[in-house]
Amino acid sequence: MTDEARDQAPAIELIGIDKRFGSVHANNNVNLRVERGIIHGIVGENGAGKSTLMSILYGFYEADAGEIRVNGAPVRISSSREAISHGIGMVHQHFMLVQTLTVLENVMLGAEGGALLARGADALRAKLAELEREYGLEVDPDAIVGELSVGLQQRVEILKALVRGAEILVLDEPTAVLTPAEADQLFEMLRLLKTQNKTVIFITHKLREIMRLTDRVSVMRRGEMVATFETAKTSPPELADAMVGRKVILRIEKGAAHPGEIALEARNLVVRDDRGVTRVDDVSFTLRRGEIVGIAGVAGNGQSELLEALAGIRVLTSGEILLNGEKPAVELRNPKGMRALSVSHVPEDRHRMGLVMPFQACESAMLGFQDDKVYGGGLLFNRAAIVADQARKMEAFDIRPRAPLLKTANFSGGNQQKIVLAREIERNPHVILVGQPTRGVDIGAIEFIHKRLVALRDAGKAVLLVSVELDEIMALSDRILVVCAGRITGERRPEDTNQQDLGLLMAGVSEHAA
Amino acid sequence: MSAPVELPKWADVGLIPLINVAAAFVISGLVVIAIGENPFEAVKLLLGGALGDLEGIGFTLYYATSFIFTGLAVAICFQAGLFNIGVEGQAYVAGLGAALACLYLGFLPGYTLAVVAIAAAALFGAAFAAIPGYLQAKRDSHLVITTIMFNYIASAFMGYLLVRVLREPSQMNPETHVFPPGGWVPQLHAILTYFGVKWPVTPLNLSFFLALIASFAVWILIWRTRLGFEIRTVGANPTAAVYGGISPARITMITTLMSGALAGGLAVNVILGEQHRLILEYVGGFGFVGIAVALMGRAHPAGIVLAAILFGMLYQGGAELAFDKPKISRDMIVLIQGLVVLFAGALEHMFRAPLANLLAKFAARPVDAPAVERG
Repeated sequence: MTDEARDQAPAIELIGIDKRFGSVHANNNVNLRVERGIIHGIVGENGAGKSTLMSILYGFYEADAGEIRVNGAPVRISSSREAISHGIGMVHQHFMLVQTLTVLENVMLGAEGGALLARGADALRAKLAELEREYGLEVDPDAIVGELSVGLQQRVEILKALVRGAEILVLDEPTAVLTPAEADQLFEMLRLLKTQNKTVIFITHKLREIMRLTDRVSVMRRGEMVATFETAKTSPPELADAMVGRKVILRIEKGAAHPGEIALEARNLVVRDDRGVTRVDDVSFTLRRGEIVGIAGVAGNGQSELLEALAGIRVLTSGEILLNGEKPAVELRNPKGMRALSVSHVPEDRHRMGLVMPFQACESAMLGFQDDKVYGGGLLFNRAAIVADQARKMEAFDIRPRAPLLKTANFSGGNQQKIVLAREIERNPHVILVGQPTRGVDIGAIEFIHKRLVALRDAGKAVLLVSVELDEIMALSDRILVVCAGRITGERRPEDTNQQDLGLLMAGVSEHAA
Repeated sequence: MSAPVELPKWADVGLIPLINVAAAFVISGLVVIAIGENPFEAVKLLLGGALGDLEGIGFTLYYATSFIFTGLAVAICFQAGLFNIGVEGQAYVAGLGAALACLYLGFLPGYTLAVVAIAAAALFGAAFAAIPGYLQAKRDSHLVITTIMFNYIASAFMGYLLVRVLREPSQMNPETHVFPPGGWVPQLHAILTYFGVKWPVTPLNLSFFLALIASFAVWILIWRTRLGFEIRTVGANPTAAVYGGISPARITMITTLMSGALAGGLAVNVILGEQHRLILEYVGGFGFVGIAVALMGRAHPAGIVLAAILFGMLYQGGAELAFDKPKISRDMIVLIQGLVVLFAGALEHMFRAPLANLLAKFAARPVDAPAVERG
């Protein structure tokens, strides 16, 4: 092949990629053509097969059928080492970094260049300086990775790929952990890479990012590549429809709130984590019946600990929580007691906390309510009642498949989340604490969940919503509290604010414009 | 990929253990060839010894009884995500409970003594498990480490008692004198003879039925009660358990107590059922074999009963085999056990991926017959 033909060929061509996991058809005859020197977005609901496709490209899985061409030449990629040798670099959603090593050591890992480190390290230092000049990828090579911000850690991941000679960079949901400002920096960096004729494949489920950043976008649905658009010639509604395969309403229909009595009041809450670090620092707020209060913030700024403290899981270091104006008795300040006081809790992480993955769906649906007489009055469980109860909830919440006996882990993310919601909502609580209700949930289910939350508000329930998705916070909340480093940095009404304003508050610029 | 491969349930609980055991036997067979014996002949002798006549069956089931109890003791802890290596020591101390009851409460009428002795065995087993259980629940001291150490404590403590305190002064063996017959768990041959049925003399006793009842009770407990639900939740996801208002510390304590009590079943079978006196080191590694039984039975009572019977066959048949083939010592049985633990425990997932691929191939092939129902 001549150099010219090489330059004409697309950077990546996937032809007829097919991959099955048991009975799941993760990739069904997928074709994808990514031109050189562009930013190509891939969108799709959870479980649409995006990650599987990229894992095949990066050599984690091997396709059952199909061909991969890099720069026009057919290649076989069966390990990440081979992917790198073909110039493909991957930035994972969860960073693959050693927290205790320096930036230089992390970048060097796996490419030490001999038994003695000094020579490789010197060469690498020069290389890093060069990359810094070329792309403005500024990071101190001697900093300990664990002490860097998340945005900088991501930069180290990108450096790792570039140092290994990546011409094609794959980023899997890269903005999930970033503040809006950090995301802006990332986009800037990616655009710079594009000008250097590098190719970027950008996987996300946020349509706004697709519109802002990409040149082209491919949509996946149920393992198939359904469409590819020129970004300039498409629109978010068109993309959303392609992702789901039907008309989707992205806006939430929501009338004015009618806040009533104060249902929950937090007074000067301080919560320390297991290591004694203060995670919630003097937080006070009120939550009324008939309103949704959203807590916005970058993940890891104390929202999780706040939510867990309100649900009785975490012990307060100081401060107090009042329900309907009264302080709960000491013996009720635990998860069981808070449930008894009609406070329900949809935890942020359904895998870690909200569900028991190896359990049958009907068993996961009892968690926290296992003492309820509904499930059997005597010594033994009434299995028939347990299954019937879950069958009823599956009908009410449209949980698919309608299989109460199926293992929890075998449901899709959206349906797992509905199992949790059904469990927490169906008992008619007064206060509902909701964490990341739509994380890893497909668009169809997001619509459903958002409608439910608004319906709860309209039914006079007090809803506290913690989410890192600003769109979600803006769309659902009647009041927005922004947290940064465990403190509330501002309160806004959704109609009086915008992404930039909230972004500054999230970054800790307290009351900058108030 | 870290997640275990999904298999249809029948393959998961039926085929995989069979394949694992078969692999253990194939490798054992190679060892038999290496020492210059015919493995097929060895298998024939082993099976004949274990199941060839009523006497063999009696011994096989007697050993199986012990393994059911120790297997259940390990398995109930597995369900709570705990690894109790101390069944050996707990069973040993449980023997002390049974012995003390029989030696000091001999005035009790009829078989009430046996009933009290059984309760004492369970109580002592549980009490000895309580200390490591408490340390795990409250102090986060790892149960594996503490129970291993407690096995040594049990061994030293019981040795001291049997040599210095409980030994009958007139004799040299470190053992108690024989219990009053009211404390004996009746042996099957005695009962059958009473009803006029001929059955060879074997140590098989009513503990076997007690073991089956215990298996059923454990199944009910784990899968049909609130406590079982809480145990399984703590075992599968302690964070979710806390969220669900379950105290992992409390469950850890309760589970280790029950585990210790089940370990006491070994004392019932061996001390009250066969020996009728407490003897030095009577446990003889059966507590450790319980780990293999629980692993092979996949911590499910039905699996444990089957695995226990298999290990009972290995014990009984292995003894016969060693008798007939001096080149094959009883160590061969230990080797097979070790391989079973290796394949059923440590390498549990080795055959999963190939089997899943194989099944997927069959499933993908168009057939006229209706597809196999999954689940």
